[in-house]
Amino acid sequence: MGLLDRQFNNSNVIITSMENLLNWARLSSLWQMQFGLACCAIEMMAAAASHYDFDRFGVIPRATPRQSDVMIVAGTVTLKMASRIKRLYDQMSEPRYVVSMGSCSNCGGPYWEHGYHVLKGVDRVIPVDVYVPGCPPRPEALMEGIIKLQEKIRRESLVKKSA
Amino acid sequence: MPSDPTGTTDAPLTTSTGRRIRTEEMVLNMGPQHPSTHGVLRLELVVDGEIVVDVIPHIGYLHRCFEKHSEAMTNYQQVIPYCDRLDYLASMNMDWAYALAGEKLLGIEVPERVEYIRVIMAELQRIASHLLALGTYGLDVGAFTPFLFMFRDREKILDLFEMTCGARLLYNYIWIGGLSHDLPPDFIPKAKAFCKYFRPNIKEFNDLLTFNEIFIKRTANVGILPADVAVSYACSGPMLRGSGVKFDLRKDEPYGIYDKFAWEVPVGTGEVGTVGDCWDRYMVRVREMEQSLNIIEQALDRIPEGDVKSAVPRRIRPPAGDVYVRSESPRGEIGFYLVSDGTGSPYRLKARSPAFVNLSVCPEICRGYMIADIVAIVGSVDIVLGEVDR
Repeated sequence: MGLLDRQFNNSNVIITSMENLLNWARLSSLWQMQFGLACCAIEMMAAAASHYDFDRFGVIPRATPRQSDVMIVAGTVTLKMASRIKRLYDQMSEPRYVVSMGSCSNCGGPYWEHGYHVLKGVDRVIPVDVYVPGCPPRPEALMEGIIKLQEKIRRESLVKKSA
Repeated sequence: MPSDPTGTTDAPLTTSTGRRIRTEEMVLNMGPQHPSTHGVLRLELVVDGEIVVDVIPHIGYLHRCFEKHSEAMTNYQQVIPYCDRLDYLASMNMDWAYALAGEKLLGIEVPERVEYIRVIMAELQRIASHLLALGTYGLDVGAFTPFLFMFRDREKILDLFEMTCGARLLYNYIWIGGLSHDLPPDFIPKAKAFCKYFRPNIKEFNDLLTFNEIFIKRTANVGILPADVAVSYACSGPMLRGSGVKFDLRKDEPYGIYDKFAWEVPVGTGEVGTVGDCWDRYMVRVREMEQSLNIIEQALDRIPEGDVKSAVPRRIRPPAGDVYVRSESPRGEIGFYLVSDGTGSPYRLKARSPAFVNLSVCPEICRGYMIADIVAIVGSVDIVLGEVDR
């Protein structure tokens, strides 16, 4: 440890590209919007609680879209809810990301065939960055989704949004 | 009705020159995206300043067409995964209630080992559900640490479920006539170890949250539900028992083998406030966890050997007819009205959801409190929107 600490005691110059620095800052503190819709929300809560501890990845639940970077759509999106999700997405400040958690929000899931009130995939109303499969996905699967999102952010460029 | 802390509701507001200031009620939306509405509930609050005059709950943001699905399935067993997703915090209890309806329609008896395993699973599920309810209730009123403590113990129950049927949340474990798997060999010692580990933790929760002065201030004498109102609105579960009415289907109309165990029905006593306040509803859940542990320990000691699949019918084609079966879920009375027309799939399946009925009493107990108290009251009802909207 000591070596690195002492390095920062004196004034320093770190050379990196602007892109790298911005991407590193963005991917290291992805604040998620605390937005549970259905069953998957319970697994999302479990992922944020003591056993799985999402804080390790810098993922902290926020109650409002204005303060959050990533929206985890956790659960069944119904037709009545779809317009609200669009509005919440619009309220988030850029850069913003969306993780679609679970079969329901990926494609309608078990409610695909007869669910007359279920939206067949949240990507019909908002753009989705990462899809996490499962019904419900385990917290480990959600973590994998967040890690994939971090990889995606790491490849971002200032000129072109996603690589 | 609580006393008016600001003193502005009755006396008209006037300027220094004595001119009346016109005031009017305001409509405030709470939800559907709100961290303390426990899902996608929208409450339309009519407020006079900070005082809530009326509450109108709007539901339907999670209507997933459960009843349509159960009619569209090609056989009776296929409905069980949808029952799982009704009340996703108490899947075992939902499955069991549906299985009871199917068994009553078919007229089959299940083996004794199945009955014991069902009781163990349902009670473990009740503890897990109450842990989540109490943990998030702590979050609602501003206590974060109890949430982490309770999720720590909930994970241990989920581990037990996972080793039994492979799923953490939605199990599809209790089938009509039996179970999908037998218990794994080391389940019983692990479940016993869990009971031994968990019992002292209830005291820890009580020290941490239940008797916390701030928590009592937030919940005692808030949202008082008198027993007669609770009965007239057909409330059930901890909502009804919190008001001091000793009614539990496991005791009053025993299904399964609940009559073989020694346990008590805890009721609200108004220990720190008035009977039927938020704290009483909370405390009933804490005491129910203790009673569930008693039942689990007795069941684990007496569980017989046997084949769990011997009574599972190969093809379910019940005679034409209808049944209504009710059982006690962690939220109250879950009822299934199942109609068969003699074919291989249900003709009609109606779910009587406890959370929906409990939510309907909300306007009655919210009027006259502050906006911040609404969070405490709605949290104490412990709704699951999957079950409210179905």
